[in-house]
Amino acid sequence: MNDLTRLSAHEMTALLRSGEVSSQALTEAHLAVAERQNRALNAWLAIYRADALAQATAADERIAEARHEGAAALNALHPLCGVPIGLKDLVSVKGGQATAGSKILQGYIAPFDSTVTARLRQAGAVILGKTNMDEFAMGSSCEHSAYGPTANPWDLTRVPGGSSGGSAAAVAAYHVPVSIGTDTGGSIRQPASLCGIVGLKPTYGRVSRYGIVAFASSLDQIGPFARDARDAAILLHAISGRDARDATSAPVEVPDELLKLPTSDDEAAGYLRGRRIALPREYFVEGMEPGVAARVREAVAAMEQAGAKVEEVSLPHTEYGLATYYIIAPAECSSNLARFDGVKYGLSDRTSGEYIADYLRTRGAGFGPEVKRRIMLGTYALSAGYYDAYYLKAQKVRTLIKADFDAVWAAGFDAICAPTSPTVAFPMGAKMADPVAMYLSDACTLPVNMAGLPGVSIPAGLSDGLPVGLQIIGAPWSELSMLRLARAYEGITARAPWRDLEPAELQLTDDPTTPSPIERKERLNAGASATGSGKA
Amino acid sequence: MTVAQAAGKSGALEKYEAVIGIEIHCQLKTVSKMFCGCSTDIDGAAPNSHCCPVCLGLPGVLPTINKAAVEFVIATGFAIEATVASTTRWDRKNYFYPDLPKGYQISQYQLPLAANGRLTFDTSDGPFTVRVNRAHLEEDTGRLIHQDLDGRRVSLIDFNRSGMPLMEIVTEPNIRTAEQARRYAEELRLLMRTIGASDAEMENGQMRVEANVSIRPIGREAFGTRVEVKNMNSMRAVERAIAFEIERQAVAIDAGESIHMETRGWDEGSQSTYHMRPKEEENDYRYFPEPDLPPLLTTPEWLAEIKARLPELPATRRTRYREAYGLSAYDAGVLVNDAAATALFEGALAAGAGVPAKLLANWVTGEYMRLAKGEGSGGSTDPAELAALVKLVAAGAISGTNAKEIFAEHFASGAKVAAIVESRGFRQISDAGALGAAIDTVLAANPAAVADYRAGTLAAIGFLVGQVMKATRGQANAAMVQTALRERLDKV
Repeated sequence: MNDLTRLSAHEMTALLRSGEVSSQALTEAHLAVAERQNRALNAWLAIYRADALAQATAADERIAEARHEGAAALNALHPLCGVPIGLKDLVSVKGGQATAGSKILQGYIAPFDSTVTARLRQAGAVILGKTNMDEFAMGSSCEHSAYGPTANPWDLTRVPGGSSGGSAAAVAAYHVPVSIGTDTGGSIRQPASLCGIVGLKPTYGRVSRYGIVAFASSLDQIGPFARDARDAAILLHAISGRDARDATSAPVEVPDELLKLPTSDDEAAGYLRGRRIALPREYFVEGMEPGVAARVREAVAAMEQAGAKVEEVSLPHTEYGLATYYIIAPAECSSNLARFDGVKYGLSDRTSGEYIADYLRTRGAGFGPEVKRRIMLGTYALSAGYYDAYYLKAQKVRTLIKADFDAVWAAGFDAICAPTSPTVAFPMGAKMADPVAMYLSDACTLPVNMAGLPGVSIPAGLSDGLPVGLQIIGAPWSELSMLRLARAYEGITARAPWRDLEPAELQLTDDPTTPSPIERKERLNAGASATGSGKA
Repeated sequence: MTVAQAAGKSGALEKYEAVIGIEIHCQLKTVSKMFCGCSTDIDGAAPNSHCCPVCLGLPGVLPTINKAAVEFVIATGFAIEATVASTTRWDRKNYFYPDLPKGYQISQYQLPLAANGRLTFDTSDGPFTVRVNRAHLEEDTGRLIHQDLDGRRVSLIDFNRSGMPLMEIVTEPNIRTAEQARRYAEELRLLMRTIGASDAEMENGQMRVEANVSIRPIGREAFGTRVEVKNMNSMRAVERAIAFEIERQAVAIDAGESIHMETRGWDEGSQSTYHMRPKEEENDYRYFPEPDLPPLLTTPEWLAEIKARLPELPATRRTRYREAYGLSAYDAGVLVNDAAATALFEGALAAGAGVPAKLLANWVTGEYMRLAKGEGSGGSTDPAELAALVKLVAAGAISGTNAKEIFAEHFASGAKVAAIVESRGFRQISDAGALGAAIDTVLAANPAAVADYRAGTLAAIGFLVGQVMKATRGQANAAMVQTALRERLDKV
């Protein structure tokens, strides 16, 4: 193996099982890159070298034992056994930090594993570390992290998207083949789009939320980042399924076919024949970059050429999505974040000696501006006298948004295709002064959360040298067919030149003179022009 | 003079009518907490020894519903003739306090499990029905302990109680007297114990009673300003605190003062309420549906199952005791109000075929309850033995006085009734021949009394009966002795 970090997870599985490579070697190779490049990317908030190597040893032992027992035992192992993975820093890992990108959780050590963590351990995945994120998953650029922004490996002066920006950048930069993110309004799909990788937000209830620091409980879902559809499917398989600890997780079967997406591009492409794909006219809105719209339309045209039937549809309540989302999500977060009071863990200011004053000091110092903004919005929306006008009304509109989608499924469509993000990766600082401009980054993704549907963003080429994501939205529990569609699109574009491109500025991350994102942010704040990497 | 008497004396209740609503929190008797698997066996446990990430509200945790707790509330709903919801929802009640680890309490706001119930019970003025607004389920908070530590005043938090299942039962404000309030609380406590939903011990906080009290001039429709009264740690305290509060408000209004919205505490020492905190504005708890818990559907099958499992309820039982056994309303009430007495009564009826129920009831409400409530009441009663004893009494085989001694000994030692009768020689002499011999001896030994009787001092027979009883060590059937004595003395 020349460079183990360029392998996909499913390629690693094959090599691990044949004995050509050890999890030790894979883990060491990925650790080395992550450790070396993190200064310039700031994708990781914690790298667990010792733990990761210990888990790799254990995985190697499991694989060796299974190999000894025979083919059946090897096949019984999960494909992720021995494969390095990154977790967004709001996933609880027993004995590890879970800052959720916030100062208020500094010093908190989770005393338990999230269900996702437990399932990954059971599969034998090797947890490399915790990735950067917008504070409490609130943001679309990763700039709202209390631990500094993450850079986009395609252009280090630009954002990787958010909130799961660290997880997306780490996969795009080959620090891990797969990672875990969470998606409340687009926080997996939008960074996947901006980093040129695959990111899937499962159906609400598909993946247990137990042990994931909550943002908005009725919208949060946990999902995979990967560099191809097969890897995303493998990771989704590992973390999915009913969990008694999460009353909102659904008793829906997890199809094993997720592990068997076609290996051959031609076979994969065949899935497109006869599929009915809906193109929602409301998703090609003003403010959308022409390059993005063009790539998405080309992608859909390619699918049509491969045998899919594409029709334009209307999702008439789309325009209310953003407003509705910014009532419901803040309302839930205002309550979910009430527990961070400095009494039990994390940041605690007890200088006043009076509990209300201590709360105010702790929360005033511990939360960043975006989190405070949403707590205030949500508190307001839930207040007596405003509840009916805001929260209740938003819930009603939410039902209408869901009904829009239901009508599409009832009409017999297999999937909806749309842009993931209206723009490619934007420059750091570009939207920090204008919260609404930032919120608009998720205009095409958050209706999917409102409706509880699965959505996946897959790379669909470049615009101005930066990745564009195609969003495939499916009916509830249709992740398998969505991923088959994604795999089919990979099949028909396998020979497209952009497929072979690596993130343009990845090399720069090895250069010790390259400024770190934290330095870039400081320069921006100081009003200095961000010359950055020299990219136009 | 008690406060209640004082209230009566000053005539507060002649001029004013009290309007009282009661909120009761009952700790439900489940094995595990409301939303996690932690044990509820927290009595006397070391602080923070019974908690987990869920009831500590750590980041990322989620609640799961305790089915048993839901069933207890549904059972209570049926018992108070409430409407049980076919679908119920959980709501978050948001407020900040250090003993509330999540910053919100999971409760039920819009769709309580049970609504529109009622509870009827006896008072000194006859039967009274309290209308119950709702019964819902929620989780308890932790407990703050304020103390000095190394010379500093500190507040410590014990989260053992955090997440304990609580049922809150709220009445309509249709209670008018302190006695009705106490009786309501007592009846509800009895109901909780009968259903097995809660031990409802007020002393250790398993049952917490709060009263909203206001008064208004008799005949006026509009409510007065209400005051919330807390810290009532016994049934007696409930009655006294409310009576005090009615009187306090009456005196204040008579003096031209106004009543303030406030929370007052009952102070047992001074037998008075004191100001705890103002309640000028209602808190905005920003209730909204708990997104971590889907709405709970109560299927007709499930409800029917819970209903079928309900034991006989106190009201039904009282009626049955009166109608089937001819007990007085009072005796039926006394029996049913005491779970142990009820169990003994039912047990004895079941163990002893043909035991006369009314006599048995007298024994349970009389001797048994006297001993059970007396000092050093460490004893117990075997229902079968009580049945045997009552049967002996009914058959006239043992005198009433001796039966009491036998019962006391059984209660203290657990010895069998038959064995006590045997060893103490308590079997009553009802045999005419045996009695005749004793009577002859007494008559011969007491010529003066015999002469008095025959001379017309009929009361002398009492002395002679006493002498026969003494001679037989109490075993003689007193009624037979008297008859036999008369026969002999009147014959000559």
